[in-house]
Amino acid sequence: MRILAVIPAYNEAENVGAVIEDLRSFDCDVLVVNDGSTDETAAVARQHGAAVITHPFNLGIGGTVQTGIKYALERGYDAAIQFDGDGQHRADQISRIVGLVASGEADLAIGVRTVPGGYKMGVTRKMGSQLFQVVIRLLSGKVINDPTSGFRCYGKKALQLFSRCYSDDYPEVESIITAARNGLKVEQVPVLMRGRLSGNSSITRRKSAYYMMKVMLALVVDSMREREKILLGDA
Amino acid sequence: MDWARTVSLVLATGIFAFIIWLVRERRLREKYAILWLSTSAFIILLTISRKALEVAALSIGIYYPPSLLFLVGVLFLMLVAIGHSVTLSRLSESNHNLAQEIALLRKQLEDERSAREAQCGGKK
Repeated sequence: MRILAVIPAYNEAENVGAVIEDLRSFDCDVLVVNDGSTDETAAVARQHGAAVITHPFNLGIGGTVQTGIKYALERGYDAAIQFDGDGQHRADQISRIVGLVASGEADLAIGVRTVPGGYKMGVTRKMGSQLFQVVIRLLSGKVINDPTSGFRCYGKKALQLFSRCYSDDYPEVESIITAARNGLKVEQVPVLMRGRLSGNSSITRRKSAYYMMKVMLALVVDSMREREKILLGDA
Repeated sequence: MDWARTVSLVLATGIFAFIIWLVRERRLREKYAILWLSTSAFIILLTISRKALEVAALSIGIYYPPSLLFLVGVLFLMLVAIGHSVTLSRLSESNHNLAQEIALLRKQLEDERSAREAQCGGKK
């Protein structure tokens, strides 16, 4: 099974090197999608031997992950892993999400943060996350404990679906619904994560109100959409 | 003709002519000109004929005829603005796809170039 690890990176020159080194322990190709960084992200990534795609300007996290998805599909990979460039994801946990896809149990596998000793969320984020969980369960019947997690594995079907429609900003929650509604198998598996190596989360408190509204609107509208026609024959 | 109507007529005709001129200069597409032209045409029509304005206003229950002008104006402007939002969404979608396409093509070009260089180096 050919697997591509996609690292979306915007000004992650400090962390991306260590992340690529961490990924060496897993047998996969590494692609850094540089979302128009103004620092040395691309150069550092190349030095560490990763393939690098650079956007001509900043497209946001959704567009960046989607570029990786399009690349994986173009080059005939069987699956792609989304792996954060800031160091909070751990390469030793990859086999858990890949396992679900490799065994055919899932088309989209989501690594959810396990609580013991590990991850601490702010109050607002926790509330938001819980609200999303409820909405996801209502719309898709799926229980996903950590729907905003960006530690994921996309199987072939998910690559095909998301190469066509993947939201620009805050795509994580929406993509779960899109996948489930289009008949893809979405599964979760608990994983360990680290705290961030450096820098801050992209979701600030000021933006989180917009985040909630945008995602809620997207979820409601998405549930009114017709299914995408995925042509599996092209695979 | 009173002063207000003259001003209104001159303005509406001016805007009409300006839109036509923009299309002639290829600075505005026909597609987007249509709504603007119909807005100004409608206002010209209702300004010229006070009778038409009064009949139209009273028939839908507006007792102060000039407010029909405002209503029509606001409605058309709203349509134009929504049209712009739709166009903007479509443009940002294609912009997004183009940027990704460029990035992927550049990657492919780099790969092919380095493969060719490696091959040439091998031959030497």
